[in-house]
Amino acid sequence: MSRFLLRRVPQAIIVLFGVVTLAFLLTHVVPGDPARLIAGPNASAATVASIHHELGLDRSLAYQYGKFLLGLLHFDLGTSFALQNTPVSTAILRALPVSAALAVLGVLWEAVLGIPVGIIAAYRPGKLADRATTLASLVGLSAPPFWVGLLLLYLLAFKFNLFPLSGYEAPFINYLILPSFTLGLGGAAWYARLTRTNMLEALRSPYVQMARAKGMPERVVLLRHCLRNVLSPLLTMLGMDLGYFLGGVVVIESVFGLPGVGKLTFDAIGTLDVPMITGAVLFAAFFIVVMNLLVDLAYALVDPRVRR
Amino acid sequence: MTAILEVDDLTVDFTRAGTRTAAVRGVSLRVEAGERVGIVGESGSGKSVTAQAVMRLLPTTATVGGSVRFAGQDVLAYDAAKLAAWRGADIAMVFQDPMSSLNPLLRVGTQLTEGLRRHRGLSKSDARAEAARLLKLVGIADADRRLDDYPHAFSGGMRQRVCIAIAAACTPKLIIADEPTTALDVTVQAQVLDLLDELTERYATATVLVSHDLGVISSFCDRILVMYAGRVVEAGPTDDIVADPAHPYTRALLDSIPRLEGELPRRLPAIPGSPPFGDVPADSCAFADRCAYAQPVCRTVAPPTVPVGPRTQAACHFPLTLAEEVTR
Ligand SMILES: Nc1ncnc2c1ncn2[C@@H]1O[C@H](COP(=O)(O)OP(=O)(O)O)[C@@H](O)[C@H]1O
Ligand code: SF4
Ligand SMILES: [Mg+2]
Repeated sequence: MSRFLLRRVPQAIIVLFGVVTLAFLLTHVVPGDPARLIAGPNASAATVASIHHELGLDRSLAYQYGKFLLGLLHFDLGTSFALQNTPVSTAILRALPVSAALAVLGVLWEAVLGIPVGIIAAYRPGKLADRATTLASLVGLSAPPFWVGLLLLYLLAFKFNLFPLSGYEAPFINYLILPSFTLGLGGAAWYARLTRTNMLEALRSPYVQMARAKGMPERVVLLRHCLRNVLSPLLTMLGMDLGYFLGGVVVIESVFGLPGVGKLTFDAIGTLDVPMITGAVLFAAFFIVVMNLLVDLAYALVDPRVRR
Repeated sequence: MTAILEVDDLTVDFTRAGTRTAAVRGVSLRVEAGERVGIVGESGSGKSVTAQAVMRLLPTTATVGGSVRFAGQDVLAYDAAKLAAWRGADIAMVFQDPMSSLNPLLRVGTQLTEGLRRHRGLSKSDARAEAARLLKLVGIADADRRLDDYPHAFSGGMRQRVCIAIAAACTPKLIIADEPTTALDVTVQAQVLDLLDELTERYATATVLVSHDLGVISSFCDRILVMYAGRVVEAGPTDDIVADPAHPYTRALLDSIPRLEGELPRRLPAIPGSPPFGDVPADSCAFADRCAYAQPVCRTVAPPTVPVGPRTQAACHFPLTLAEEVTR
């Protein structure tokens, strides 16, 4: 296990370093002078130059890169251009709980809807339950999330008043159910199919035959012998989804007006708020890499074959 | 002697995408208590399907006909609860591929004790002690510690030993071993077979050994059934069949056993052609296309199973045993 860690942790650090470097270079290729953006269209050349100097934009690329890295070590992602005087890290941290809640609930929907459906479908392949869930998952897979979101909003929030339309205030869960459901739906359909396939394979496998030949009742065959093998690869993907969602889900947060990291990113792109965009990208990458690492760890704990 | 297993006119059809394939076409076999019966035949002849039908392990796409009786009871009529109580306790199975027949995500100890706890009602600690004893019995060193290992930590031969320990755990009356050495290295094949030999001898366990290798079968079994295209084409005591095969197919199988004596290189006469796939016409001998002794009648009339020696039967119009008598 420690050898596994020794290999994976440096890998993760290298990947993060690469992302950081890329993000830094990105800020230097986006069109538009940030100093002019801050100063406004009517500022004099002298003002722009002084802002240039303030931001360190007149120094060498290497110097700026060093400063950027040093800042990162102190969680300093710079100051937003658009939201005057707000540090990027503060803005992201403020938005994070919303995105985190949305992400966790979204992954929960994926698992809770997808996995049981896949298991039921696999247990009697070709029968009514299987066909119904196959069709449902096809619909779930092909429906664009923003469309599903708008549809749900129209029906459940606007028509029947079951949920609030948009925004985020206490009790927060009311504002999260529809967006997280929308977020999880596509994944749920995917997990249903994947679970079905894995389950069918497991049910046919020699170790299941062996368990039956040992006199294990069907319940034990399913729960002890099949499910473990079916779920352990799904664990990886659910974890990666979580990391991905934590970085902010732009479309869904925008449709439902949730003040999360996705919405923050969306708005930052609209105003060309480069530090904010960079911060959001770094932040998303960080979660994806860290979740990947955690997931691999969890996988190694579940599956002894991975540990070596 | 009392029969532990009686299979009568067993048929198995698979229905897939609307088409039916007859995998087993009227197999009968009888295993006495403590007896060793071998089923031999080329791949695809229906040996595994026969074994799985006896164990009731076939998928729902299979239609089973005929009868299977275990210690006088109708196995095909068992409900799920009776099946679970029967399998593992009274009858056990060793599968072909020990790499995939152990669950990769469960410790070997768990896979050994789950049967002990269920069938013999042992407590957790008693089951563990018994599992360690079983592992030692099948020749695994440091058994107590190895119970906590996962299957991937064992070699193929060791895994098959574990599988044999699992099968023998509750001292069943019958063990069905389906190609138990086929997936193993040649060097460990003999060891695993010896282990099976020793254990079934010690507990007087009846054994059905399934293999495509007549050499393996004849060294292990009291009695042999030769299967071809879902049928038993010859059956009788091992000695009689090896000394004096009646069916041309048995003869061909015997000729293809590698012999240790003789000059190198030994070229094995493989049986020309391949077994029929899927459907065999009902009114012909399934071996006719490959048989050196085939006559026109072989393609128009299915040969009935008839006595061809004092203790052997075969399904052939021109049994070699009788032909020799005529020419003699
Ligand atoms: N689950 C299954 N579905 C459909 N056909 C099967 C299935 N299992 C076996 N068969 C067919 O039954 C025949 C006999 O197979 P089998 O008993 O496995 O042969 P072997 O003698 O090599 O063990 C083969 O033609 C095989 O294709
Ligand atoms: S019945 Fe005819 S074809 Fe079949 S094995 Fe006998 S001789 Fe050969
Ligand atoms: Mg087979």
